[in-house]
Amino acid sequence: MSLLSQKHMLGLADYSAEEIQTILDTSLQMRDILNRPVKKVPTLRGVTVVNLFLENSTRTRTSFELAEKRLSADTLNFSASGSALSKGETMLDTALNIEAMKVDVVVMRHKSPGSPHFLARHLESIIINAGDGRHEHPTQGLLDMMTLRDKYGSLKGLRVALVGDILHSRVAMSNIIGLKKMGADIIVCGPATLIPRGIERMGVEITNSLDDAIQRADALNILRIQLERQTAGLFPSLREYHKYFGVTRARLEKAKAPLTILHPGPMNRGVEITSDVADSEHSVILQQVTNGVAVRMAVLYLLAGGRAEPSA
Amino acid sequence: MNTKIKAKLVDAAGLTRTITRIAHEIIERNRGTERLGLVGMQTRGVYIAKRVAAKIREIENIEVPVGILDATLYRDDYRTSLRQPSVQQTDIPFDLYDMNVVLVDDVLYTGRTVRAALEAIMDNGRPKRVQLAVLVDRGHRELPVKPDFIGKNIPTSMNEEVQVHISEVDQEDAIYLVEVEK
Repeated sequence: MSLLSQKHMLGLADYSAEEIQTILDTSLQMRDILNRPVKKVPTLRGVTVVNLFLENSTRTRTSFELAEKRLSADTLNFSASGSALSKGETMLDTALNIEAMKVDVVVMRHKSPGSPHFLARHLESIIINAGDGRHEHPTQGLLDMMTLRDKYGSLKGLRVALVGDILHSRVAMSNIIGLKKMGADIIVCGPATLIPRGIERMGVEITNSLDDAIQRADALNILRIQLERQTAGLFPSLREYHKYFGVTRARLEKAKAPLTILHPGPMNRGVEITSDVADSEHSVILQQVTNGVAVRMAVLYLLAGGRAEPSA
Repeated sequence: MNTKIKAKLVDAAGLTRTITRIAHEIIERNRGTERLGLVGMQTRGVYIAKRVAAKIREIENIEVPVGILDATLYRDDYRTSLRQPSVQQTDIPFDLYDMNVVLVDDVLYTGRTVRAALEAIMDNGRPKRVQLAVLVDRGHRELPVKPDFIGKNIPTSMNEEVQVHISEVDQEDAIYLVEVEK
C-alpha cells in the first residue's frame, strides 16, 4: 500500500523516490478532476487549511488555495501585511494563535530558510512548505517533475539544465534534489556569481556557457532573474545578462533536438527568456501551472487524509 | 490479520454463467441497449463490467460503452481509516447525460462504496437512471442500498469475507468464502 512515511512536507530531501512516485501518480488522477464538469471532490470536507504566506506570492498561494477548494477543505488566507506580525508579534505566536483556532494544515511561505521546520517542531498541525527563502520549494519541484514526466514518460536518464540564478533559487534546490532522486541528470548553468559554491557536491554538472547546456540537455528549466537582486552587483546589467544567458530562439535552434522549455514564473520576457521561446510549441510553462494545482491536491490528499499505519 | 479459505463457492465456468445471466437481465430490464452504459468500479468491477459488455456484444451485436470509476476520493472513512488508499484512475469515456448507467462491482457489503460511487457519478454528469449490478451480495448493509442485478446471494457472518478472483488480476476466475482471523 502506497503510504507516505512523512507527516509534513518540508522539503523533497525528506522524501524517497517511491514516495515521490506515489505523489506524481496521484497527481495524474487529481488532474482528471480538474477536467470534469464538477471540478470538486468531497475528500477533505471538514479539514481546515491555513495559507500562511509571510512573503509575497500570488501564484503559489492561488494554486494552493484552488487545490484546497477542489478537495472541499475550508481555507483561510493569512498574509504578513495587515496582521499582528506588523505589530511586533513573533511568527511562532502568530502560528500558535492560528492553530489554537483548530486548524489541521498550515501551508507556509517565509523568507527564512528552515522556518517551516521550526513551526513543525512547535505545532501539532501538518506543515507544507510553500517556499522557505533560498532553501526548498517542494511542490514546485514536484510540478516540474510531473510536467517532465508527462512529456518523456520517465525521468530516468533525462538531462535537465537549470539556467539562471541558482544561488537565490529554492526552485533550483528542489529540482536538483527531486530530479536526482528520480534518476535524472542535472546541469546548472549561469554566471559564476549566481552559482553557489560547492553545488557540485549535490552531484550536478556546472557550466557557464548556455550554448553548452543547450547542446547537452533534453529540457531547460529557466529560472527567473530576480530583478530586485540586480542592485547586489552580481551581474553588470540586465542587457548583459540577456546577451549571455537569455534563452532565445536563435540559440535553441543550434540544439540537436528540440528542448522542452520550463519556467516557474513570473517571467521577465526579454531578460531570461524571449517571447518566441516562451510561446513556442516546446514551451510547457502553462502545463506547469495546471500541474501545480494537481500536485498540490495530491500532497494535501496524501498528507491530510487518513492516518498512516503505525509502523510497529 | 490472517485469512483462511473456507470454501470455493463458484468456479470459472460458474462465474462465466453468472456473468452471462447478468448480461441477459440487463438487456431485458432496459428493453435493449438504447443509451446503455456500464461503469465498473476499481479494481475488479472494471473487469466484470468489460466481460458483461463482451457478453452483451455476443448477444445483441452492440458495443456498450464501459467506464472506469474510482470512488476513493468520495469515501466516508477517509479521515478515520488507518490506511491511505491510493487513488486509481477514473475514466468515463461517454457522456453520462440521459444515459441508463449500470454500476458494476464485485461484492456488495455495507453499501458505503456504492454510496461514494453514486456521488462520484453525479459529479461526472447526470444520468437518467443508475442501476447496480454485483457479482456477490453478502449482506450486512449499513445504508439503504439495493442491487438491481445480483450474481449470487451469499449470506456471511461478520468474520467471513467473500473474495472474487478475476483472471486479469488474480490468475483465475473463482469466488471464495474466506474466514478472517483477527
